[in-house]
Amino acid sequence: MTTVTPISQAHALELLQGMVRIRRFEEKCAELYSAMKIRGFLHLYIGEEAIAVGVMQALRPEDSVAATYREHGHALARGLSMGSVMAEMYGKLEGCCRGRGGSMHLFDAATRFFGGSAIVAGGIPLSVGLALADKMQERANVNACFFGEGAAAEGEFHESINLATLWKLPVLFLCENNRYAMGTALERSESETDIHLKAQSYGLKSEVVDGMDVIAVEQAAQRACDAIRNGEGPYFLEFTTYRFRPHSMFDPELYREKAEVQAWKEKDPIKLFSQKLLADGLISDTDISRIEAKVQDEITAAVEYAEAGQWEAVEDLQRYVYSERGHHE
Amino acid sequence: MSNQRESGTGETTYREAIRAAIREAMLEDPRVFLMGEDVGRYGGCYAVSKGLYEEFGPERVRDTPLSESVFVGAGIGAALGGMRPIVEVMSINFSLLCMDQIVNNAATIQHMSGGQFNIPLVIRMATGAGLQLAAQHSHSLEVLYAHIPGIRVVAPATLEDARGMLATALEDPDPVLIFEHAGLYNRPGQIAADAGAVDIDRAVVRRKGEDVTLITYGGSLYKTLDAAAALAEQGIHAEVIDLRSLRPLDEATLLDSVRRTQRAVVVDEGWRSGSLAAEVMARISEQAFYDLDAPLARVCSEEVPIPYAKHMEQAALPQTETIINTVKKCFGDRND
Ligand SMILES: Cc1ncc(C[n+]2csc(CCOP(=O)(O)OP(=O)(O)O)c2C)c(N)n1
Repeated sequence: MTTVTPISQAHALELLQGMVRIRRFEEKCAELYSAMKIRGFLHLYIGEEAIAVGVMQALRPEDSVAATYREHGHALARGLSMGSVMAEMYGKLEGCCRGRGGSMHLFDAATRFFGGSAIVAGGIPLSVGLALADKMQERANVNACFFGEGAAAEGEFHESINLATLWKLPVLFLCENNRYAMGTALERSESETDIHLKAQSYGLKSEVVDGMDVIAVEQAAQRACDAIRNGEGPYFLEFTTYRFRPHSMFDPELYREKAEVQAWKEKDPIKLFSQKLLADGLISDTDISRIEAKVQDEITAAVEYAEAGQWEAVEDLQRYVYSERGHHE
Repeated sequence: MSNQRESGTGETTYREAIRAAIREAMLEDPRVFLMGEDVGRYGGCYAVSKGLYEEFGPERVRDTPLSESVFVGAGIGAALGGMRPIVEVMSINFSLLCMDQIVNNAATIQHMSGGQFNIPLVIRMATGAGLQLAAQHSHSLEVLYAHIPGIRVVAPATLEDARGMLATALEDPDPVLIFEHAGLYNRPGQIAADAGAVDIDRAVVRRKGEDVTLITYGGSLYKTLDAAAALAEQGIHAEVIDLRSLRPLDEATLLDSVRRTQRAVVVDEGWRSGSLAAEVMARISEQAFYDLDAPLARVCSEEVPIPYAKHMEQAALPQTETIINTVKKCFGDRND
């Protein structure tokens, strides 16, 4: 912790606020889940915030993002408004997807956020295709695709990395290795547990990054995006991380020791980062309180927005199955 | 003549008509490209895309690895990214490896996103039996896809439809699956020099008749037309409807015919249990039950995986004779 933080105060505050925003938002979501305001599956990202926040720094508006069912953090970091995400979780018309998607299926055309996929590895081919479209139309965009380490066991993971590398497509593969796929530890599902090595075997650049260190994440993402925009083809980043909460709200967490969870909580990306910034004298306690207060206000407003939202009319049930030209049954 | 062949008009085949349609689409719209296993250098496993690689190059006629899931998924992504992909899956049996992408992504993203995204993607694949390709290359699983809201499913049976459905499908803002019956690729015929895009919304009456309605699609159309011709000689005038679109079903055309003929037989190469035939019959019973003079009937494939041996394969499939006999039963077995 002796190194001086290599970023400006403004940027440090931005990163910190980005992570705090996700953390507090999701804590609120857990509360609202217990209050039965939010239903269905709810997968919290708590503990992993540094990854979404760090990666998004390297992305531009023209780039695309695809993620999994654990994507609240990615959606917020990408720029979806907290109100529209909260309203979506409430199932309200004001939600980013009119309440049709819910927690696991956040989409947003304005920020090129392509979900929200609840099929493990199922979103990866989409990024490959978006990248193909970019390449064929000669656009130097990056197509960022987030997934967990559990996805590495699926065929779509391998098919996607192979094809993207073979065709030199601008895909940024982002593996959030939180060590468990639901209750299955990585060692219990993979013969080779080094995911970045698996990826590397397809011949693309691949790195392991400390996913609890937002600056390390940002720098790695920047390196990767530079290479991709430079026409070097896809890039793979594996982030070591940990989810502090159960897999979903239904998980009794029988598969891991409390001591292990505790040990990882010591590496809390928000705690570590704020301590570092304080130690470096880059920010003060007042800055932190100000961030917390600001985020609280945003959350309060988001909840009010969701509460005040409307339920989509049941007469509209058949909409958004086909494009609206009235050709469907 | 060779010019006509290239444009897929005049004297042509089902295969050439599809090729001409792909070629035309690629010439007209730079966003259109073809992608799939062996569509390029090899020329397509059913030779549909033969010559296109040479003409358009590897960027627009893309040979993919054996990775159905990712290349169909990449088609979805490319459509989202502004392209107009035509994805070829070698056969419907192999499409089971990418069913995830079709059912969980192509069909749902518009809905899950509350209408923000649509997917103008065309997926073509061969379906059906008759070539002695046995149980992993011969099935008619179209109904699995016809079951899914969010995609459109069409089955060209005629050369005109083989030539014309693709352009319409590419114009469609949503995913369209085109099922080409493998037994039809060699089918020769004449089509008009100005043949072009056709609608993909409506069923079509392929033969007029007033005694009974025969409803079919794809590879079974010709067996059904043969049956109708034979029945006519015996005094039964069958109307033959080609569904063309398996999803959505054009109920109006079906019901209009059945209300006139008051009898209906559905011919479907899929297996009877849970078949498209079952769906068609259910809709007729729901809406025209009191117009019927005889129980609805159907001719489907026998419930076995399609066998290799020719006589067994043929025994498993709907045949003209079976269709004729089934129709006659609707008239109280009067000829038995
Ligand atoms: C194809 C598929 N199989 C199984 C599941 C059920 N499932 C949901 S999440 C999950 C674990 C995935 O773990 P990982 O990819 O590591 O992501 P994480 O949840 O840890 O973020 C499983 C098995 C699913 N959603 N999709």
